[in-house]
Amino acid sequence: MKNCEYQQIDPRALTVSPSSAQIHTVKKVQRLRRKWEVFPGKNRFLCDGRFILARQSGVLPLTLGLIIVTCCLFFAFDCPFLVEHLTVFIPVIGGMLFLFVTISLLRTSFTDPGILPRATPDEAADIEKQIDTSGSSTYRPPPRTKEILINQQVVKLKYCFTCKMFRPPRTSHCSLCDNCVERFDHHCPWVGNCVGKRNYRFFYSFIVSLSFLTSFIFGCVITHITLRKYSHSLSRSVCTILVICFFSIWSILGLSGFHTYLVASNLTTNEDIKGSWSSKRGTEDSGNPYSYNSIITNCCATLCGPMPPSLIDRRGFLPPDEAGPAASTSEIELPPFAAKNGTHMVG
Amino acid sequence: MQGFVPTATDGNMATEFHNLQELRHSASLANKIFIQRDYSEGTTCKFQTKFPSELESRIEWTLFEDTVKTLNNYYAEAEKIGGQSYLEGCLACATAYLIFLCMETRYEKVLKKIAKYIQEQNEKIYAPRGLLITDPIERGMRVIEICIYEDRGSSGSSSGSSSVSGSTAR
Repeated sequence: MKNCEYQQIDPRALTVSPSSAQIHTVKKVQRLRRKWEVFPGKNRFLCDGRFILARQSGVLPLTLGLIIVTCCLFFAFDCPFLVEHLTVFIPVIGGMLFLFVTISLLRTSFTDPGILPRATPDEAADIEKQIDTSGSSTYRPPPRTKEILINQQVVKLKYCFTCKMFRPPRTSHCSLCDNCVERFDHHCPWVGNCVGKRNYRFFYSFIVSLSFLTSFIFGCVITHITLRKYSHSLSRSVCTILVICFFSIWSILGLSGFHTYLVASNLTTNEDIKGSWSSKRGTEDSGNPYSYNSIITNCCATLCGPMPPSLIDRRGFLPPDEAGPAASTSEIELPPFAAKNGTHMVG
Repeated sequence: MQGFVPTATDGNMATEFHNLQELRHSASLANKIFIQRDYSEGTTCKFQTKFPSELESRIEWTLFEDTVKTLNNYYAEAEKIGGQSYLEGCLACATAYLIFLCMETRYEKVLKKIAKYIQEQNEKIYAPRGLLITDPIERGMRVIEICIYEDRGSSGSSSGSSSVSGSTAR
């Protein structure tokens, strides 16, 4: 009641009222929002939704920096000498490996790892209806699980309270990204993203090619030193390269070996750490139900299998009625204008 | 049920598609049911063929089962690991996965076929019965959502917008 009167004399209303009609039309012809702008998880989007990254990008700049600096030093200081004394293929091989490593790293970081979109309200309501709850008000809901049979083996599916759905098998909820990710392996801070179904092959090729690259650079530097017969005065660049390579080799080679084992047995890091399929509970429950029981088939299925599509449709447009409430929270525009203005005046 | 297909005399695709749009916007939504995934064979995409009780009065179970089985076959074809997928995978690895930027993967091609199939099924079978199937890809490949619209006895002016909240049906 009083709000209406105040609305008429509000200076803000006066300043915008001549163009209020224009604002209405401008709002209507405003570009439709894309789905990535209202994505509920903790992710960052680049290039209008083309690239996806975790919000905490971790040490991705450090990873990139280390690789680029080491390779630049290698090309600048070791290659001229080695080209002269050995062969011209050394920088060629080094260059190719460097390119492969960088591209794999960027693909791993910027690809959607297999994020599952959250359940729509109707779907969540349907699932709630099907869950057998006792009906009494509990201060804490019991953990909801569902048991299913996969290849004659009992597997428990857990209910995700954030995404409001039963997680499919091998799916896990990443707390850093606040998303359920299919075939969740782990959240890698070096890469700044989760590693899941869609980017595992990029991650694997990144670590394997990085092992080759570090071993290659290490070998070349040792050759350089041996050929030059440096006894006590090693230049600083050679020292830097040696140190970086030495420490990375052990960790990267170890990681590659571990992931090769995982690929060959069709396991994820998550499952291996939790011991989901270990035989500690006896012979009946053990055994990975997803394994093809052949190393070659497991490798091929994991690395050369079909590339599944992204399920979150980052660049799709939101329907206008859904975009309306979302837009009004960010801009103080006209649709809730009366109510907001009223509260300003009264409160 | 006649009201849902208002006299498509020429029977071409444009008219039928227009009827689907009318169905979505003018008919009132009674219920939504969800066909869940069947994980008995692992993580490959497969939907349960169990006939939901809510559809008993609306459609014959053979038609429904046929639709779901065909969808399952399409998904199995997309996810098949065999000669072609290995070739695609090795070629992609050799080109540092840059080939995915220019080439459409086999999965994407099959998804297009699925979308076309679902639209065709909707137009021919489901819309005349007051039902509408949503492509599973729009629901994260978790469920097949089937919208059940209210049976209009006479084709009169329909009530306003369809309220999407499920609570109205509960």
